Amino acid sequence: MTRSGSKTVWLGVAGLAGFAAILELLPRLGVVREQYTPPTSRILAELVDQIGQQRLWTAIGNTLTTWVIGLGIAVAGGVVVGVLIGSVPVLRAATASTIEFLRPIPSVAWIPVAFALYGSDRPGTLLLVVYASFWQVLIQVLHGVVDVDPVARDTALAYRMGRWDRIRWLVWPTALPYVVTGIRLAAAVALILTVTGELLMGTPGLGNEIAVATTSRAVPLTYALVVVTGLVGVAANLLARALERRVLAWHPSQRAEVPA
Amino acid sequence: MTVVRLLRRTVVVLGLPVALVAGWWYASADSENFLFPPLSRILVALRETWVGPRLVDDVVPSLLRFAGGYTGALVLGIGLGVLIGSFRWLRALTEPVLEFLRAIPPPVLIPIIILVGFGLGHTMKVTVIITGCIWPVLLNTVEGVRSVDEVLRDTCRTYRLGRLATLRHLLLRGASPQIMTGARQALPIGIILTVISEMWAANEGIGFTVVQFQRSFRYPEMWSGVIVLGLIGVALSLLFRLADRWVLAWYHGIRAVQREG
Repeated sequence: MTRSGSKTVWLGVAGLAGFAAILELLPRLGVVREQYTPPTSRILAELVDQIGQQRLWTAIGNTLTTWVIGLGIAVAGGVVVGVLIGSVPVLRAATASTIEFLRPIPSVAWIPVAFALYGSDRPGTLLLVVYASFWQVLIQVLHGVVDVDPVARDTALAYRMGRWDRIRWLVWPTALPYVVTGIRLAAAVALILTVTGELLMGTPGLGNEIAVATTSRAVPLTYALVVVTGLVGVAANLLARALERRVLAWHPSQRAEVPA
Repeated sequence: MTVVRLLRRTVVVLGLPVALVAGWWYASADSENFLFPPLSRILVALRETWVGPRLVDDVVPSLLRFAGGYTGALVLGIGLGVLIGSFRWLRALTEPVLEFLRAIPPPVLIPIIILVGFGLGHTMKVTVIITGCIWPVLLNTVEGVRSVDEVLRDTCRTYRLGRLATLRHLLLRGASPQIMTGARQALPIGIILTVISEMWAANEGIGFTVVQFQRSFRYPEMWSGVIVLGLIGVALSLLFRLADRWVLAWYHGIRAVQREG
């Protein structure tokens, strides 16, 4: 590692330590009330205590399951619909206004509908997750499909490649970077909506655990669970970025990347 | 000729939406299903429920809280973003912390924000919206400020532009495309949090009202609330597009010229 690189790492560690120290000192010095904002050490102690318990891992498992299923449905749907609509100009023109109208409808508007339909069961939360993340993927795919290089397109036509071959070898590689960006954006949105569904509708998972901890006034536990949720979020971000690097290893944007 | 073209364009734009609404109308016309009332009843509920005092008592407070939180997030996000983006050491120091805070799904902060002492009122809801919306704005501003053209930066220095002038004409202007990207990403988050914070704890607001309808099994009213939320989402995204065109007029102009050239 270069010298400036290791310096960056140390500054980052110092930043985290400083952040933890401030949150430790604020309640200890009485700036905020310790009863409601426990110092870092107590949150961490609670966290360590929770790590040994089955209940936390079940909750994490539930959250991740909902997240993965929802994201999977949204990505599959977004890619198929996007490639279909994107490669047929008539369909593209006819659906544009509808997509522009449906996309900004906030997914939380479906919460009452989802709850009335499914109660606390997983499909209710999945409805929110899929609705929110589907558009992220679809829009990216639609942008990607039209980005085909004119020369490459003419070449494919000159070689009389069939429709399916053109989709496989021309449209798909062109759209792939957009698809991956769509997945990365959708992954973050999907996690937010997963936790929202759990928090508000009682679907099993971390969000629901936080709701339970709040109503039973288990303050340090609430904070510890929020930290866990944040860590799950960090892991999700890292995973999405790793996927991006792997899937697009051939793409110039990744190959040209020099470590800053 | 142009009439034909105009007609065709109208059909293309309005065709599918009209077909969908008509489909909904007919499919639900004699619906016996409690959960999916006829569209005609929903529209009656829409007029009776939302036109009148409820507009002032529930919709306006929600919109005001959204506006307050969103504006707060923009001001804080751009301010901190310019600061962090300007110093390399500050960026290195804050990056892991920001990376972690950004990854926390904002809705789970609602219980925390209540605990910390913001109570259940407007302050809590506006704070929730700020804590959710600030990240895309902040991170994009940092990126934008960091990647401002080096030559322009040196030019400003050579001409001895003052701090304020540099900030306004170089940093904010140069970063504005990225800042607008962040603001665009923050918009749906803000709407989501406005609604969720009302569903969690409130006695007025759209989110509260809609859930109340659902709990009392008043499904036509509930659906009308879903429609109102949808319309608000669409209206805000249109407003944003207008703002974007206004703020970034120079940028879109450059891009258009580059594409032609």
